[in-house]
Amino acid sequence: MLELKHISYTVSDAGMEQAILNDVSVSIPDGKLVVFTGPNGGGKTTLAKVIMGLVTPTSGQILYNGRDITGLSITERARLGISYGFQQPPRFKGITVRDLLTVASGDDNLSKDKCCRYLTQVGLCANDYLDREVDVSLSGGEVKRIEIATILARGSELMIFDEPEAGIDLWSFARLTETFEDIHRTHSATMIIISHQERIIRLADEIIVVGGGQLQYRGSADEIFPKIMADTLGSCPVLTRKEAAGA
Amino acid sequence: MINEIDQALLEKIADLVGKPVDALNIRKDGGCEARQSTEHIKIDARTDGKEGIDIRILDGTKGEKCYIPVVISKSDYSEMVYNDFYVGENCDVDIIAGCGIHNSGCDEARHDGVHTFHIGKNSHVRYAEKHYGEGEGTGAKVMNPQTVVYLDEGATIQMETVQIRGIDSTKRYTKIVCGKGAEALITERLLTHGRQLAESDMEIVLDGEDSKGRVISRSVAQDESRQVFRPIVVGNDKCFGHVQCDSIIMGNAKIESVPAITANSTEAQLIHEAAIGKIAGDQLLKLQTLGLTEEEAEDCILKGFLA
Repeated sequence: MLELKHISYTVSDAGMEQAILNDVSVSIPDGKLVVFTGPNGGGKTTLAKVIMGLVTPTSGQILYNGRDITGLSITERARLGISYGFQQPPRFKGITVRDLLTVASGDDNLSKDKCCRYLTQVGLCANDYLDREVDVSLSGGEVKRIEIATILARGSELMIFDEPEAGIDLWSFARLTETFEDIHRTHSATMIIISHQERIIRLADEIIVVGGGQLQYRGSADEIFPKIMADTLGSCPVLTRKEAAGA
Repeated sequence: MINEIDQALLEKIADLVGKPVDALNIRKDGGCEARQSTEHIKIDARTDGKEGIDIRILDGTKGEKCYIPVVISKSDYSEMVYNDFYVGENCDVDIIAGCGIHNSGCDEARHDGVHTFHIGKNSHVRYAEKHYGEGEGTGAKVMNPQTVVYLDEGATIQMETVQIRGIDSTKRYTKIVCGKGAEALITERLLTHGRQLAESDMEIVLDGEDSKGRVISRSVAQDESRQVFRPIVVGNDKCFGHVQCDSIIMGNAKIESVPAITANSTEAQLIHEAAIGKIAGDQLLKLQTLGLTEEEAEDCILKGFLA
């Protein structure tokens, strides 16, 4: 169980205080798949980074399996079983896909078969990729899929994915959603996925709409979709004007 | 006499364990500890009065290795060695050089070496050169290698130089002259720390039509160390040259990278790239999310970069 209690995060911009997260509280039970969605700049990624320890909140408390992890480092949280797939993963000169999967798994003798399994789950062929460097020679979509494979190799209890669909082709995306479905079906991990994709949103036990640094709505896909659509149309002055003119 | 310390050095610089059946010359503190020629690779002392050896590789020699490591175990010692290689035509061989210094004294131990290669038509040579220094003394460990290579028509050399820690001062000079259709590939790996200094001058002269030259240099400078790179490619005919220098800078280190390309023919296609930067913060963070500490993440990045 992950519990966020009254999390706030404020930055100072040209002497002005700006709240990125404003008193966010949420609990995520074990084995659930929760999707964070909402407008760009609404605070989704910051909230996910707060959980991993990549961002230190200005105030509030984070409990993981009942333990207060607010003051723990990224490494300590990773070792407790939290993992995070970056929206824009870094590249590494000289480090191969196999090296990265080996580090992620914590098994110095990670077998080719296991590497192959992780890569297949994200739609990549081990023979083509294992010995390639994770550098600029790989496309954005390839690096993104390797990033997700490292999270699978890590086998954490809590997996956070930040827009896993970004830059990935339709075929690989279909394979990826199957992987998320499998993890979810077997309850082998709790997943928090930041996504705007309907197909991923439809997999979720719960959808949380994050906007303006706060949790705006929570509920099932069927409950949340109409609200998102209403908000999207309602907040766009051009569309609103057209509708008004048409009426 | 090769003792345990020498043996460990030989393994580090030339992967040499025991006595191989290959051609071999082990130089220790100016003396010849072992010399062994084979049917196709002949090693002899020079006859012009200079220190060093001549290595002659017969035409058509394929799949053979030649080890010529140097070990220095004295303090207050300096040497200047000239080794000449004459590689015949249609050969395919590995030459493993390298120098290890164990300096337990307080005075300087220094090896200056000049290696000159004459590589015959259509021959392929892989040349590895590792430099390594150790010892509990305060005496400096200094190495100044010069490598000059002449590639005949269709000949190639893959030169790999590695110096990871241990050497206090190095001034390296490498020159490769490529004939028609010849190809040179230099990969350089260097890590300096403490107050070490490393200077590397390289010149690839693409003289022949369709010749190719490529330099891939990766270095890490830590602490107060200094590095200077001056790789130069000159294209005198239809040719292709590419210089790529990447450096990671840490602590209070200083790195200067001055690549230069000169085209003396309209058909010369030359590229240079040079980059210096610290380890990217997002790389460290990513590896920390995989359970490594910041120090372990840094090591992992440097190990990969210099692999």
